[in-house]
Amino acid sequence: MAKAYRIEVMACTGTGCVSNGAFEVIEAIREELKKKNLHSEVDIIATGCNGICALGPIMVVKPDNIFYKEITKKDVPYLVEEHFLKGRPVKKFMYTPPEEKEPIPLLNEINFFTKQVLVALRNRGLVDPEVIEDYIARDGYAAFAKAITEMTPEKVIQEITASGLRGRGGAGFPTGLKWQAVRRATSEEKFIICNGDEGDPGAFMDRSIVESDPHSVIEGLLIGAYATGASKAFVYIRNEYPLAVKRIEIAIEQARDRGLIGEKIFGLDFNFDIKIVRGAGAFVCGEETALIASVEGRLGEPRPRPPYPAEKGLWGRPTCINNVETWATVPVIISRGAKWFSSMGTATSKGTKVFSLVGKVNNTGLIEVPMGITLKEIIYDIGGGITDGKKFKAVQTGGPSGGCITAALLDLPIDYESLTAAGSMMGSGGMVVMDEETCMVDIARYFLSFTAYESCGKCTPCREGTAEMLKILERICNGNGQPSDLETLGTLSHAIKEGSLCGLGKTAPNPVLSTMKYFKEEYESHIYKKKCPAKTCRKLNEYVIDEKRCLSVGHGCDICKKECAYDAIIGQTKEAHRIIQEKCVKCGSCYDVCKFNAININ
Amino acid sequence: MGKLSIEDLAKIKEESKRKMNLRDGEYKAKINVHMGTCGIAAGARTIVDALLREIEKKDIKEIMVTTSGCAGLCSREPMATVEIKGGAPVKYADLTEAKIIKILNEHALAGKVVKEYALAVGSEKTTA
Repeated sequence: MAKAYRIEVMACTGTGCVSNGAFEVIEAIREELKKKNLHSEVDIIATGCNGICALGPIMVVKPDNIFYKEITKKDVPYLVEEHFLKGRPVKKFMYTPPEEKEPIPLLNEINFFTKQVLVALRNRGLVDPEVIEDYIARDGYAAFAKAITEMTPEKVIQEITASGLRGRGGAGFPTGLKWQAVRRATSEEKFIICNGDEGDPGAFMDRSIVESDPHSVIEGLLIGAYATGASKAFVYIRNEYPLAVKRIEIAIEQARDRGLIGEKIFGLDFNFDIKIVRGAGAFVCGEETALIASVEGRLGEPRPRPPYPAEKGLWGRPTCINNVETWATVPVIISRGAKWFSSMGTATSKGTKVFSLVGKVNNTGLIEVPMGITLKEIIYDIGGGITDGKKFKAVQTGGPSGGCITAALLDLPIDYESLTAAGSMMGSGGMVVMDEETCMVDIARYFLSFTAYESCGKCTPCREGTAEMLKILERICNGNGQPSDLETLGTLSHAIKEGSLCGLGKTAPNPVLSTMKYFKEEYESHIYKKKCPAKTCRKLNEYVIDEKRCLSVGHGCDICKKECAYDAIIGQTKEAHRIIQEKCVKCGSCYDVCKFNAININ
Repeated sequence: MGKLSIEDLAKIKEESKRKMNLRDGEYKAKINVHMGTCGIAAGARTIVDALLREIEKKDIKEIMVTTSGCAGLCSREPMATVEIKGGAPVKYADLTEAKIIKILNEHALAGKVVKEYALAVGSEKTTA
């Protein structure tokens, strides 16, 4: 007999909330409920990521859909007493949008959520990822049951093709075409792979899907296996994602127990097995041929294509490889139909896309939006605008392989083609928002340092070229840029793009190229004027103490002098202080410690 | 645990329906028990408990039990408001466990107002 509750507290246990103490808060609520003898009336469920990670730990109280944020252990007794016992939702734990006074109690009325359309994230916050029955209760595995009993494999592929679904890992290859190629390949053995080697800085789409709804990935794989004729799947997932690994392990175990993985599934002539392979964290292993090499136990290095994995993949067998988000989307297309899916989006890009929205934006987190939405809607309506009321400068999409998009293109409806045309790319869905205080040269340097470090070293242009570009960018940021550097960067970029084998090298120069295109004056300022307009590159800054302010507001507090490791600051307590420029190494420590804003940057 | 057949999927879905209705905010009828300090002192918690255990026992799936603050008539607590989706809310006063079970069965489930316990129909309009 299922227990009846009057309240279910859906507490987010995605990695963001967990690192803010979600598990401790849940434990505290459980104890408090017991203490007040409410545990037979109120239940608490650990769900996956809710999306608005900046406000964690968050929870949604059902059935009323009350949204609470930043709940700490000490808030628990009051919350339980007021809301769970007396039925009075607590205002002070609710979300108040920036620049507004009144909090918004209901989840479905918060802007962050209203503009989103959930397909891959359909079960977010509504299921316990560690309970298979929760997934089944929300039509889980019904799409696979429909495919295997009512559809031929060809019909399944037709449906996926008709839906217009394209690979969500970044390249956007039509999923149906890929499946068809694997289906047509003749071999006694075929494989499918789930690519969960998400490595872009600031991207956590796949991690979140696996953490919050692992069964949706398993069901996608089941449908893919039936359609392509494969009988074994590998889920490749980063070892740095311990919670995701744990949850997919539990999900696979449960699916195996219930006969959804194994032999004669549903009593039909269909066998299927899944194995987890943990990646050691090399960025290049997100590239499909490198990933396959890694699964085989070899060094994670890419190889030339063709032959594509669909013809010769894992151990030389036809292999269908798609990323986590693509697999999680498949079951919905089968259950709701290609027509429904393709009714969303633009002419070339159908359906929805998950993005991780990070950087200088108020509501950082994980979002799913229909293709064709504008960047402005994402940044201002969902993201709640730029932090501290600052000005928007650019948004970086596509991670280290992508580029920057400027304010002039904020009304751009986003899809695979429009982003590429703007000099960036869709990528796997990382979206880093930058404000006026972000230095674009420094951003290019950061991404280049990432790709230079992650280059596997197989191709000389990528290995040596990215290192050389990084050296030049570091030089520019340190104030030693040469007038010829811009041209050299351009030449190197094109050589690396031309001469590299895989996507890593082919796209590594993109952040440099796009920032040079849109923010050339910033590069020139660094090189010719030796000034960083955003004041981010410290070596180009000149730190000067406003002596009047130091004395009148700070009363010569002397903290900057104590902080300076080079004895470059003179002055006694209760006197105005001064920086001796010849001694200053421009580390910026004094600027960071001054509580009175008495240090200026020239 | 046994292996699933395709029919089992629908069965699990049906069994979880009450839980999912709660998460989706779906209901046919809602019983709101007033839980101000006055309500709790008069025994509102035993009313909630009786309701939930009856719902469990009969495996009722589409009745939502919620709580809210004092309804303003502290001397007549415990009180509850029953609302059939789309219909006018009905307030009941001086509740006991037996009364609320009767209200659950006759009003919330069968749609017939239990007149002898009802205090008011609609908002703040006394019929008794």
